[in-house]
Amino acid sequence: MANLTMIQAITESLDQEMARDEKVLIFGEDVGKNGGVFRATQGLFDKYGENRVNDTPLAESGIGGMAFGLAVQGFRPVMEIQFFGFVFEVMDSIVGQMARTRYRTGGKLNLPAVIRSPFGGGVHTPEMHADSLEGLMAQSPGLKVVIPSNPYDAKGLLTSAIRDEDPVVFLEHMKLYRSFRDEVPEEQYTVPLGKAAVAKEGSDITIVAYGYMVREALKAAEQLEKDNVSAEVIDLRTVSPIDYETIVKSVEKTGHMVMVQEAQRQAGVGNVVISEVSQRAILSLEAPVGFVSAPDTVYPFGQIENTWLPNAKDITAAAKKAVEF
Amino acid sequence: MAEKLSKLNFDKLVEGYKDNFKMYQVLDEKGKVVDEKTMKEFSDDELVALMEDIVWGRALDERTIILNRQGALANYATAGGQEASQFGTLKGLEEGDFLVPGYRDIGVSIKHGLPMHQAFMWYRGHVGGNKYDKDFPMMVPQVVVAGGITHAMGVAFAKKRKNEKNVVLAFTGDSATSEGDFYEGINFAGAFGVPLIVVVQNNGYGISVPVHEQTAAETLAQKGVAAGIASIQVDGMDPVATYAAARKAREYALKENKPVLIETLTYRFGPHTMSDDPKKYRTDEELNEWKKKDPIVRLRTYLVEKGLWEESREEEIKKEVTKEARQAIEKMNQEPEMKIVDLLENMYEVKPQNIKEQIEKYKAKEQG
Repeated sequence: MANLTMIQAITESLDQEMARDEKVLIFGEDVGKNGGVFRATQGLFDKYGENRVNDTPLAESGIGGMAFGLAVQGFRPVMEIQFFGFVFEVMDSIVGQMARTRYRTGGKLNLPAVIRSPFGGGVHTPEMHADSLEGLMAQSPGLKVVIPSNPYDAKGLLTSAIRDEDPVVFLEHMKLYRSFRDEVPEEQYTVPLGKAAVAKEGSDITIVAYGYMVREALKAAEQLEKDNVSAEVIDLRTVSPIDYETIVKSVEKTGHMVMVQEAQRQAGVGNVVISEVSQRAILSLEAPVGFVSAPDTVYPFGQIENTWLPNAKDITAAAKKAVEF
Repeated sequence: MAEKLSKLNFDKLVEGYKDNFKMYQVLDEKGKVVDEKTMKEFSDDELVALMEDIVWGRALDERTIILNRQGALANYATAGGQEASQFGTLKGLEEGDFLVPGYRDIGVSIKHGLPMHQAFMWYRGHVGGNKYDKDFPMMVPQVVVAGGITHAMGVAFAKKRKNEKNVVLAFTGDSATSEGDFYEGINFAGAFGVPLIVVVQNNGYGISVPVHEQTAAETLAQKGVAAGIASIQVDGMDPVATYAAARKAREYALKENKPVLIETLTYRFGPHTMSDDPKKYRTDEELNEWKKKDPIVRLRTYLVEKGLWEESREEEIKKEVTKEARQAIEKMNQEPEMKIVDLLENMYEVKPQNIKEQIEKYKAKEQG
């Protein structure tokens, strides 16, 4: 066991998968000698060389096309988009091509690519760096969309993503990169894709969150304990496909639910979770489902982002409203 | 050595660009050899085989149009007139070379090895058209016009990495060079040094928009300059020139691990697709001018003069194509109809819960 930050856990996963499988290739902007702008690929260029790790020209669609071609030829590309706000440049490669390949070829051809990218608010980045765009991805059948909330999961989920036969968008919240450490086994392990985790058990209300919002939900749960409300926190870990079984099981136990997402309220992951819960477990619910999200504006200018972003206080209030209904 | 700004003439700079891109030709419109040395690189058998391919391509184009009008296929992007650009360049490839076609390159994909009934299924909109044998070296025809260039670059990167002695050839058109992916693809290919040949079939129009409205560049070959890669312009109605250019490009790409851009100057005689009316954007006069450049006519003239060809052979090939097409239609009609359940089955290697639930739902629905 080592005490690692999430970024270190990610690097370890990449390193170990590269050592295990020579088909794994890493490329993107500044991922080589520089080790990535967040150091996610630190040391990998020196260790594996230019046959395995490549700095690409600054062009996201080119990176996506390259991943597509390499995967078609039997490699397991792990491409990096430097910041997920730049995904618009490469939507065709990811959504128009990778996500459709298995479908398009009637199951003849898999497209085992991983698209890694940092995203998320609260770290005062310039525009186009912080947006939560997972909903765009989750709307594309054929993709899997994974968002870890802690170092342990990050390592295990990324390892699973690289070994997966289908394209996986792997989103790393920037605020989680170095904000805390976890005990992370040195050996390789996997955390299954498409399985939610119960981050904290409780009996009065279910709080469903993912990514950095899991941290805020756990903070809220602590506060709620003090007020004699026992909250269960569910970490989705994968937002496509979503593990409704775990959510429904929890809601059947608690009878209350709050959905939390950092993204804007319109469309998105939270709405589909609430919709499915209403179809699968409405008779277990004793109060309307709460929904904590950002408002429906473009991701705000840096100075005001902390007011814009949902937080533990919002979650606590929504949970109380539900249990006191 | 620095230059003096006092000498600067912007217009003169731009005028000079096209001077580096003179059109290569071997056989002119009259069937006369203008480049004896290159012509001698081809055996009689190779030239006859080339003629057979372009006649076959034209016959298939005509047959596919008829089949569309009869309602046997759902749509078709016609390719008549572009045989030299397509079948000529394809002839320059060798066993195992990888093809990345666009939607207008399906006839030539059949020559590359795509079974005809699968080509027809692609037109009709049936997944069976895309179910290739694992080792068939071709990408499913691309609909996003420049998208294929980035994919082809990725495949070429893989070929180099695997040390396979094969090139990748991507077919695209004039309008695709307006898309960012065209540049990203050739720029990556140059930066990484991969064996990619991009064939820009400049048929003069992106559906209805003429190439001079697409770009201020007087040649499309010159767009390769910005990526620092070798680029040439070839007479795309001269099948010997396209054959020779592709063969030379292949040799260079493999030997040097570098990409090549080939612009072929060509023309589609027919409509963009079966739902297009070209009379709305181009004149009969223009069409007739281009018909004088017909690749079949010029190669026929040359081969007949040499005593290597008889026109009756063309009738035979047409009959063969009609027969092949009939068999392909029969084979296509034997394929089972698609089911929503099958589409759902093929979304992921391992089915997630939502897919499993929807399979059950559609199973019930499709069983009626």
